[in-house]
Amino acid sequence: MNPVVPRPFRAPRRTLPKSVTLAHGGGGSAMRDLIDEVFIDTFNATGGAPEDQARFDLAGLMAKGDRLAFTTDGFVVDPLFFPGGDIGKLAVCGTINDLAVGAARPVALSCAVIIEEGLPLDTLWAVARSMADTAHAAGVPIVTGDTKVVARGACDKLFITTTGIGVIRAGMEVGIGRARPGDVVLVNGQLGDHGAAILNARGDLALDAEIRSDCAALHDLIDTLVTAAPGVRTLRDATRGGVAAVLNELASASGVGVCIRELDTPIRSDVQGFCEILGLDPLYLANEGKIVAIVPPEQAEAALRALRGHPLGRDAAKIGTVTDGRPGRVVMETRFGGERIVDMLVGDQLPRIC
Amino acid sequence: MRYVDEFRDPALARGLIREIETLAARMERGRDRPFSIMEVCGGHTHAIFRYGLEGLLPDIIEFVHGPGCPVCVLPMGRVDDCVTIAERPNVIFATFGDAMRVPGSRKSLLAAKADGADVRMVYSPLDALALARRNPDREVVFFGLGFETTMPSTALTVLRAAREGIANFSIFCNHITIIPTLRSLLEMPNLGIDGFIGPGHVSMVIGIEPYRFIAEEFLKPMVVAGFEPIDLLQSLLMVLRQLDEGRAAIENQYARVVPDAGNPRAMGAVDEVYELRPTFEWRGLGSIAHSGVRLREAYASFDAERRFAMSEIQVADPESCRCGEVLTGQLKPWACPMFGTACTPETPLGALMVSSEGACAAYYQYGGLRQPQLEGAA
Repeated sequence: MNPVVPRPFRAPRRTLPKSVTLAHGGGGSAMRDLIDEVFIDTFNATGGAPEDQARFDLAGLMAKGDRLAFTTDGFVVDPLFFPGGDIGKLAVCGTINDLAVGAARPVALSCAVIIEEGLPLDTLWAVARSMADTAHAAGVPIVTGDTKVVARGACDKLFITTTGIGVIRAGMEVGIGRARPGDVVLVNGQLGDHGAAILNARGDLALDAEIRSDCAALHDLIDTLVTAAPGVRTLRDATRGGVAAVLNELASASGVGVCIRELDTPIRSDVQGFCEILGLDPLYLANEGKIVAIVPPEQAEAALRALRGHPLGRDAAKIGTVTDGRPGRVVMETRFGGERIVDMLVGDQLPRIC
Repeated sequence: MRYVDEFRDPALARGLIREIETLAARMERGRDRPFSIMEVCGGHTHAIFRYGLEGLLPDIIEFVHGPGCPVCVLPMGRVDDCVTIAERPNVIFATFGDAMRVPGSRKSLLAAKADGADVRMVYSPLDALALARRNPDREVVFFGLGFETTMPSTALTVLRAAREGIANFSIFCNHITIIPTLRSLLEMPNLGIDGFIGPGHVSMVIGIEPYRFIAEEFLKPMVVAGFEPIDLLQSLLMVLRQLDEGRAAIENQYARVVPDAGNPRAMGAVDEVYELRPTFEWRGLGSIAHSGVRLREAYASFDAERRFAMSEIQVADPESCRCGEVLTGQLKPWACPMFGTACTPETPLGALMVSSEGACAAYYQYGGLRQPQLEGAA
């Protein structure tokens, strides 16, 4: 990517005010200052003159694989900061993961922010810093971006959209429609942490639980996995709608059944307890650091070993198998041998009253 | 998880299932119809489906899913009233989450929220009271809903609001009481129910005495049950044993939570704050005498019905809906012509499709294993 070079000239730093105002979105010097000081300096990714686009060397990209992967995702999480992460970390990890589950090596990200007038500048700094740290740790730079400020009430504090490009490993084919009966369903750890952490962090439950989001960039874990099990058929990050949504999608797209076992499904006891109290089902809770991997049976052991050998996959588990049951249907074997259907969720899960 | 895992122990469950099988096999001889056991409470319905219990039991045992889901039996006219109150410009309307999707004749609370009404989801009436404290210039209305399980917490909140002199808080009271409804159910002709699994949380408040008439007048056994699979299996076995021995008694399987005498302090708060209404409408069941409560005169200023002069308009359920027959065990959910076609969790026509505790929604979502008609339908 663009090498980091010292900036040839910059105006003396103005002191930014305590909070963002509409002037910061006006296209004038206030906006320039905001972008320079909060984003460009923090992301440390500008090369030379500020152009309107990042530029890539095609030959360099082609050396990494044989297809381009391109994805985008919007982040509107409330609260902005929660145990285990924040909107910035989420925005970087989310888009990296969307690339990685296509068997792509992430190359670069863009970042567009929409800021509500009045957002404390410290908050914006903290988010930008978190994005920069996460991108740096992941080795995926943020190379271009945009900033808009809207009037109070026109958005909620801060919205971020990240877009990413990556290069897909040559010859590697993964897809939602490729699962076959007999394949094994793997996950890389405990399910439902992110959804429970966010609900809990909103604070209106007053539950005394320390549940942390699992928010993490998974490209390195996936790299380990596809190296150990190159025959992997499907990879999906189990975000909104949780593992239940991913399994339903793949069962429909592949025209197969899926059977998972309750006893083998890893869920933290505090998340389980949280769900018991609220009448939620952890299978439907969002994850931000968990994938569902469908692997052919002969590579399942190697895949599981590879996942467990990675820091983000220590609690990886085989949770079920792909079957030749009714196409599109996901069934869970309950802990004492009963069966129930794990259907797609309609709307949001709403807590039951009693 | 302590105190939960023990009640989900597979080995224990298998033992209970074997006992039920043995007993049922003996009782089955010479019998031409299954044993119909009604679980009164929606929480039990949910648990039966969640753990796939139906599929583990012998065919001769059939669960009938009773009227104990307060969201499901809420009449459409009352939902319309909620929406009308919520749409008033200065109102914050606070409600439990699963009431938000119940369809009214115009719209649900969820739709009203999308259209600009200030509808907030809360987890306790005390959260609604806190909203009133924080927003002294707004009218905060709490949607009081549920059986005796939730009645005391609403009552205590009214008492606290009165003590603190909070003037911008009121309750839209739709609390209902289970006993008159069970009686009206038992008085129906052709009710083919052999025994009951009694509600656990309601009984924690009212105790087991009030059910006595079920055994003494109607000669049906009832076992008050907890909500874990082991609780349900054990309770079922207890009901079957009574049937086998020709007894009818009220037994308490959930003694770890339910004292036989209930919770006198909670009942004290309930008596202090509410009085019985002459009659209350239940969706699918019609009007049942003395089955609902309202705030007493002394707490009239906290009564949203009086405050906003509601008109109590009644709205008939769609004619095609057969929720009443399902609620009384005369029709299986999947046998309703609307089930899974015009009536789905996304577009519920009948109330039983709305809440996850409703029998139809439970069948639709978790798929009863004894519903061959469903294959190919969805």
